[in-house]
Amino acid sequence: MIETLWVIILSFSLFAIGILGLISRRNLLFILLSIEIMLNGIILLFVAASNLHGNNDGQIMYLLVLTLAASEVAVALALVMQIYRQQQNLDVDTLTKLRG
Amino acid sequence: MTILLGLIPLLPLFSACLLMFWQPKLLLTQVIAVGSVSLAALLALTLNVQLWEQTQFVLQVSLGHWLTIDNLSLGFTLYLDPLSLIMVTIITCVGALIHLYSASYMKDDPDVCRFFAYLNLFVSAMLFLVLADNLILLYLGWEGVGLCSYLLIGFWYREQKNSQAANKAFIITRIGDTAMLIGIILLFYQFDTLNIQQIQLQSQQLLQNGGQPTTAIISLCCLLLFAGAAGKSAQVPLQSWLPDAMAGPTPVSALIHAATMVTAGIYLVARNMELFQLAPDILHFIAIIGVITLILGATSALAQSDLKRILAYSTISQLGYMFLALGVGSASAAVFHLMTHAFFKALLFLSAGALIYCMHHEQNIFKMGGLRKSQPLLAFSFGIGCAALASLPMTSGFFSKELILEQTMFAHQPLLWWGGIIGAFFTALYSAKLFFVVFFGKLNQPSTHNTPTAMAIVLIILMLLSLVGGKQPQGVFTHFSTSATSASAGHTLSLFQHWLPILLPIFTVALAWLLFIKGAFTPSTPSNGSSVSLKQKLHSFLLSGWNFDRLYHLIFIMPFKLVTEYNRRDIVDLAYRQLEAFSSLLYRQLSRFQTGQLRHYSASLVIFCVLAIAWGLIQ
Repeated sequence: MIETLWVIILSFSLFAIGILGLISRRNLLFILLSIEIMLNGIILLFVAASNLHGNNDGQIMYLLVLTLAASEVAVALALVMQIYRQQQNLDVDTLTKLRG
Repeated sequence: MTILLGLIPLLPLFSACLLMFWQPKLLLTQVIAVGSVSLAALLALTLNVQLWEQTQFVLQVSLGHWLTIDNLSLGFTLYLDPLSLIMVTIITCVGALIHLYSASYMKDDPDVCRFFAYLNLFVSAMLFLVLADNLILLYLGWEGVGLCSYLLIGFWYREQKNSQAANKAFIITRIGDTAMLIGIILLFYQFDTLNIQQIQLQSQQLLQNGGQPTTAIISLCCLLLFAGAAGKSAQVPLQSWLPDAMAGPTPVSALIHAATMVTAGIYLVARNMELFQLAPDILHFIAIIGVITLILGATSALAQSDLKRILAYSTISQLGYMFLALGVGSASAAVFHLMTHAFFKALLFLSAGALIYCMHHEQNIFKMGGLRKSQPLLAFSFGIGCAALASLPMTSGFFSKELILEQTMFAHQPLLWWGGIIGAFFTALYSAKLFFVVFFGKLNQPSTHNTPTAMAIVLIILMLLSLVGGKQPQGVFTHFSTSATSASAGHTLSLFQHWLPILLPIFTVALAWLLFIKGAFTPSTPSNGSSVSLKQKLHSFLLSGWNFDRLYHLIFIMPFKLVTEYNRRDIVDLAYRQLEAFSSLLYRQLSRFQTGQLRHYSASLVIFCVLAIAWGLIQ
């Protein structure tokens, strides 16, 4: 049995990695990956908490969030594909056409 | 009899409304328009016949109540006395003849219905003006004729030149009208009534009490009323609209700018003669303005080459004669000249209209010439008109102008008399020049049309009137002789003063013929340009009517433009511009946050969350 504290540390560091990636990466695809990593970090926290309290609700929540993440990735990837087709480019710093 | 009087102004008004709202076919339009004014003319003549014997009569008819404010009560009350009777007769008779003429002149115009509606409205407004018994009703008619004048000058509104001329006429007369309205209000303040007769009565009493020094406010009233009259009658400071007003159709020029509307100023002063007697300084001022105007008009007419502009300047100069007569206190002479002038000026304008019609809308007199063979009727009518204008003996213009000069001498104003004589000399010169250049000499351009029958009939009637119309209306004479300075009795003119005005026109016409034979009238070609001779300078000075337009441009328009140029960024807008600058500053600062960089947005989101959570933990 792994210590809950390590799991929490792992989950927090995953979240921090995700945020760093979100801020520092310029490619849209990697930003999407970073979001997924953040999501996974949070879900890990849910699972660890359910294990700690002996309550299975957290693990059920994990399944729900997983499906949500899958559908989100599907939509987001489709959008990224379309953006790439139209702009030949996935650099978010240059994709500023919608700026007011 | 009162019903007849009420019908006279209402008939044209009714037909104007009918034409405006119903817009019938051409023939019906002509019948309604000409018929209504002719009927009014017949009614006016009937009144003349009925009142023939009496010299002192007053007819009053009330057409309704207008308004009551405190002790001021105004009604649509018509007031007929010898002065208004003669005015009504002139307006309706000349108006009817001109309507008949226009029915033929305007029959090819697509807007003939609109034309006749305006023309009828004008006659009606003018009749209300001369029949009004209070000053406000008079002002209503006054503004009505101003409006119709504007509409008719700009009748062919598709050409910008015409609209500009209409605007000019309207704005310049408006300056006078504003002064006149202020004068009317001051009169009410002074006399506590706006009824013209009561004002006259009160001022007569003031005059008879004698010794009482004229109050400044009455002089001011007179001056303001005269300013209105000067605007309408094209006297010196406000005369420059009249030559441009010739942009309208020729019958309009004949009716409005020669025979009737421009005489409204004369009527106003003549009607209020008792009031003006209280301010002799103002009367003297009027006489001086009249003399300046008559010399200006006569000399400017000499330099013009456009047929209608010559006639326009001659109108200005004849109006100057009338104001001279008013200024020396002889209103009856002014009204007499007004009557004869209405006849011969209408004749001249209608002949000019027929001539222009026959010459394919050619208005330059130097392109005509030698027309006496092909247009004998027009030559004859023009000849009579010019003779009356030049006041050759035995024409109608002769008697009235003689009377004016005689009265000027009786009033001990030799300087003004000499001014009148100089004006008479120039008048004779330019009318003779006009006649000779158009009808004698070599044939320049053959005319193609003939004069239509209706036009010819009108011209013949007006010719007769111009020839034999030189009988002074007795009613007006007695009307004024009771009140006006009848100091003329006992004075006699010296032989020189008596014969000079009679012989002067004859000699001048002979001189004009001599000059014409020598070819002095042909326009000098302005070539070999470097040295502008004095003669050419004088010519352009006279051509522009003594440069009044340029003067006004310099005095009024240029400073106004300068100020507007200077104040292009309106001073009042300064506060609003500060407000605008502040909000745009805010906008610029706030819009810095909107970089469009996704990473900046997400970073700021993260920073905010971290700060918020930290804040929550600290609390």
